[in-house]
Amino acid sequence: MVEFAFYVASTVALFSTVMVVVNTHPVHALLYLVLSLLSVAMVFFTLGAPFAGALEVIVYAGAIMVLFVFVVMMLNLGRKTVEQERAWLKASGWIGPLVLSLILLVQLVLVLAPMSHLTPAGTQIIDAKTIGIALFGPYLLAVELASTLLLAGLVAAYHLGRHED
Amino acid sequence: MFERIQELLSPVVLAAIWAACKAIIILLTLVVSAAWMIWLERRLLALWQDRYGPNRVGPFGLGQVIADMIKIFFKEDWMPPFVDKFTFVLAPFLAMMFMMLAFALIPITPNWGVFAPDLGMLLFFAIAGLAVYAVMLGGWSSNSKYSLLGGLRSTAQTISYEVFMGISLMGIVAQAGTFNLREIVLWQEQHIWFVIPQFFGFLVWCLAGIAVTHRTPFDLPEAESELAAGYHTEYSGMKFGMFFVGEYVGIVMVSGLTTALFFGGWDGPFSEHVPFLWFAIKCFIFMSGFILLRAALPRPRYDHMMSFAWKICLPLSLINLLATAGIMLWAGN
Repeated sequence: MVEFAFYVASTVALFSTVMVVVNTHPVHALLYLVLSLLSVAMVFFTLGAPFAGALEVIVYAGAIMVLFVFVVMMLNLGRKTVEQERAWLKASGWIGPLVLSLILLVQLVLVLAPMSHLTPAGTQIIDAKTIGIALFGPYLLAVELASTLLLAGLVAAYHLGRHED
Repeated sequence: MFERIQELLSPVVLAAIWAACKAIIILLTLVVSAAWMIWLERRLLALWQDRYGPNRVGPFGLGQVIADMIKIFFKEDWMPPFVDKFTFVLAPFLAMMFMMLAFALIPITPNWGVFAPDLGMLLFFAIAGLAVYAVMLGGWSSNSKYSLLGGLRSTAQTISYEVFMGISLMGIVAQAGTFNLREIVLWQEQHIWFVIPQFFGFLVWCLAGIAVTHRTPFDLPEAESELAAGYHTEYSGMKFGMFFVGEYVGIVMVSGLTTALFFGGWDGPFSEHVPFLWFAIKCFIFMSGFILLRAALPRPRYDHMMSFAWKICLPLSLINLLATAGIMLWAGN
């Protein structure tokens, strides 16, 4: 049952991610991206990481994507952009990226195939407490570095947005 | 024949059917009470402004809601030719759906409530985060300046108020030790209502709750004096109706959450006999509070509202969280 849910969610994720690239309308493409993030959250749920899934929805779908859509709304892209996008999506532009990502896919399958004997994910539920202990135990240095980076970003954004008066 | 039916209706199946029935009853009660809140709001506003309000249809004017509903159902479902069709239709559905979905997390009585997952509060934040899209897409897809400005305002407002809405509730999570809303209510039943130890969290949560439902004084996304009707200017008929009822569903939902999180849910004298009565009374008080705020307060300027959010509410909720954690560590050791 959970396995079935996993495959459904990942199919939706794949389809919507392809639609993000193919869709010529910027806002519709972003909505597909939101759908893709929601289905990735569903994949997290089926793998036994509900906390990560909930955070995926809150942070990515609920905050970051909102800002993306916000900016695209402000740009007021009209019919001209759709036509421009359509012109860019010609077959000749597809071949290069397609071949390159096919190579990556083949490589991924070759790497993953011999590892099928490893322990499957999703046998234990990773809840908020486990994540908290992990973050403030073995990964404490990484957390501190990430928070310093965020602080630097905040200061930079404040500097850029400051009025000179 | 009879035996086969009995075989099919094993206790597990019966329990599942009963749970589904309960969920539907809760949903219907929610929508009906949200609809009649429109009547309550008009009557209470009238009372405070020294006039009658709707009092013609049915006893006390209670039938006014039914009359309005019939009217709005039979209105032509008109769509302006310049809108982005798909998102224009999607937005009102999202507005109503997310508010109703969040109510599923609220524990109503010891035996009633749709579901109580361990990550209940996080799921509420997720739903509240996604609910932004309704107003945003409604404002953008209308392809009109008033709507777009309303949508932009609402997005900025909701994003900033969501930040400390989350932080203001983390003190509760720290004290109760769980994200599960039902367990939070049970904790309050055994110890103390969270409104006392988490008073600053409660203040910030109230402001955030009003901002998230776009009610006065935070109804700048639809400020009629400057933006026509904000993000739903181009909407009419049932699509407008869904935005409108969705707002009231949001009020009922936020009132229910305030009751569950800060005022002990169904807890009260004789609550083992009449748990639902206590929940309903507390909810009703908060719902009336929303209306009283609308009657009493003017709308602030937009930049005032935003700077109030970031300069007062955010530090207050952060200090509240740190103080809660510090006291817990100090008392624990």
